[in-house]
Amino acid sequence: VPADARLGLGREALAEEIAVWDIDVRPDGTGLPEGSGDVMTGEEIFVESCAVCHGDFGEGVGRWPVLTGGFNSLTKDRPVKTTGSYWPYLSTVYDYINRAMPFGNAQSLQPDDVYAITAYLLYMNDLVDEDFTLSRENFAGVEMPNADGFYMDDRAETEIPVFTGEPCMEACKDTVEITMRAAVLDVTPDETAAEAA
Amino acid sequence: MSASDKSGTASRRTFLKGALAAGGAVAGAGAARAAGDPAITQIQPWMQELGDGVDVAPYGKPSEYEDQVIRRTVEWLTADPVSSINFTPLHDLDGIITPNGLCFERHHGGAAHIDPAEHRLMINGLVDTPLVFTMEDILRFPRENHVYFLECAANSGMEWRGSQLNGCQFTHGMIHNVMYTGVPLRLLLNEAGIKTEGKWILPEGADAAAMTRSIPMEKALDDCLVAFKMNGEALRVEQGYPLRLVVPGWEGNMWIKWLRRIEVGDQPWHHREETSKYTDLFADGKARRFTWEMDAKSVITSPSPQVPIPHGPGPLVIKGLAWSGRGTIPRVDVTIDGGKTWAQARMSGPSLDKSMHAFYLDINWDGQPLYLQSRAHDSTGYVQPTKQALREIRGVNSIYHNNGIQTWYVNEQGVAENVEIS
Repeated sequence: VPADARLGLGREALAEEIAVWDIDVRPDGTGLPEGSGDVMTGEEIFVESCAVCHGDFGEGVGRWPVLTGGFNSLTKDRPVKTTGSYWPYLSTVYDYINRAMPFGNAQSLQPDDVYAITAYLLYMNDLVDEDFTLSRENFAGVEMPNADGFYMDDRAETEIPVFTGEPCMEACKDTVEITMRAAVLDVTPDETAAEAA
Repeated sequence: MSASDKSGTASRRTFLKGALAAGGAVAGAGAARAAGDPAITQIQPWMQELGDGVDVAPYGKPSEYEDQVIRRTVEWLTADPVSSINFTPLHDLDGIITPNGLCFERHHGGAAHIDPAEHRLMINGLVDTPLVFTMEDILRFPRENHVYFLECAANSGMEWRGSQLNGCQFTHGMIHNVMYTGVPLRLLLNEAGIKTEGKWILPEGADAAAMTRSIPMEKALDDCLVAFKMNGEALRVEQGYPLRLVVPGWEGNMWIKWLRRIEVGDQPWHHREETSKYTDLFADGKARRFTWEMDAKSVITSPSPQVPIPHGPGPLVIKGLAWSGRGTIPRVDVTIDGGKTWAQARMSGPSLDKSMHAFYLDINWDGQPLYLQSRAHDSTGYVQPTKQALREIRGVNSIYHNNGIQTWYVNEQGVAENVEIS
């Protein structure tokens, strides 16, 4: 049997089936549906459907994700990585909200709702004015602040040569001292220590 | 912190008492020997009474004396137990195969319960013919068996800033290693016919998170599997039943569970799980993207904080695991003095590509403190770095891909602790 021989299994996917499942959006806007939404509409939906976890201003409630702010924090000791400070593409915001949010009620939003929430997130990140309307037509024109913040995995150049070669086996150091102990932090679940005993 | 502080202190006291009691038991056993060991001299119930019939356990479970060997969670790590993680009890396991019920879980929208009769796999995008497969169709393709490790990109991620969690289950337990049975992905893609401009695939899950990742076509056509069995039986619900993607050697996030769709495209999609998450932020504020391979790594699983030495000085088995996303592990070095001197460990069991490897070092413990470390070498010549060597390149905020050398300090009582050393 040739390696590329087809077995004739499966059946052709119908256009209407593909349309339901193929909802992904790419940075150039490919995959976006018809529709639009403005900041003020987005605020209404956000307060109703999102703020219980993410806070009225996207600041995050408890341990739920912070969605806004954090600008100029990526070089800080404790970076705040949000849609505004970190995400490279607006398409990811639309795509992710559309496929997986609200948490526990995914894929319940209409395209106009997702455009509106996305517009509101841009507004809360101070990237657009309050009268802004986001649509499929102007979507690709929105550039995110950290669009240039990423580069391809470069371990092959920066790490693998450094970490390859015969390591020291004998008389590698004179002294060994403890510099940090997990027990000082004491954040491991208690049942574990109890059961180890 | 105050409430947990208190209980933490109490349990550590219990822990130390337990270790002392274990030491005391050695003398007790000696006394028992003089009078005859009751485990021998007294007839035990199981020697006299009948055991369970063969109809008692149609699907068996471990002995009730092994009920501490379980997945564990760390509540404070995530906002919610549904988009969260638990940990494989590596310290209690041996060999290289992880039992299905103990394989760590990582969900983003919970573990979906899918009726296989209603499950479909769609292939669409830049293909000659977009296709839909049922599970029955999938089972008619030629299949292969492979043992691979699946390591979460965030395994050991809590340890970037230093020692935090006390136990290799927590520091290294976002990993499992099972035998997958499945269909090579290239056979499924070939059935649809990839167009020449098709350079990437986007696998997507059927769960509420609808997880997606971009994977380059070379990897898709190389060794990816669409798996329906693990360790001989159907995938567990929490591992993607009825169908998951297997991406050997690459970060666990890409192993899409409950796989329902594969789109072929000409460029990556830059979705949430490859922009917001699974990108590695460096101290200069820039981040690596598409850090797919899991580098060579190892850990000593016993002794370790959850497994103190119960027996005092004398023969001691040091056991551990090593793995690499780039090949096999021909060698592991172990030090008992914090890296002053190293010895080559003894590898035991099969050495399979992109799989776990088991190693042992059998020593005669003199009762002095141990500073235990292991250092994996993979078949490409890469040697597992120290945490400090990684930090010097990456800083402390990259979250993922921490394969630095782990240290356990074992004191004179045999109690082990997660530490960092100079």
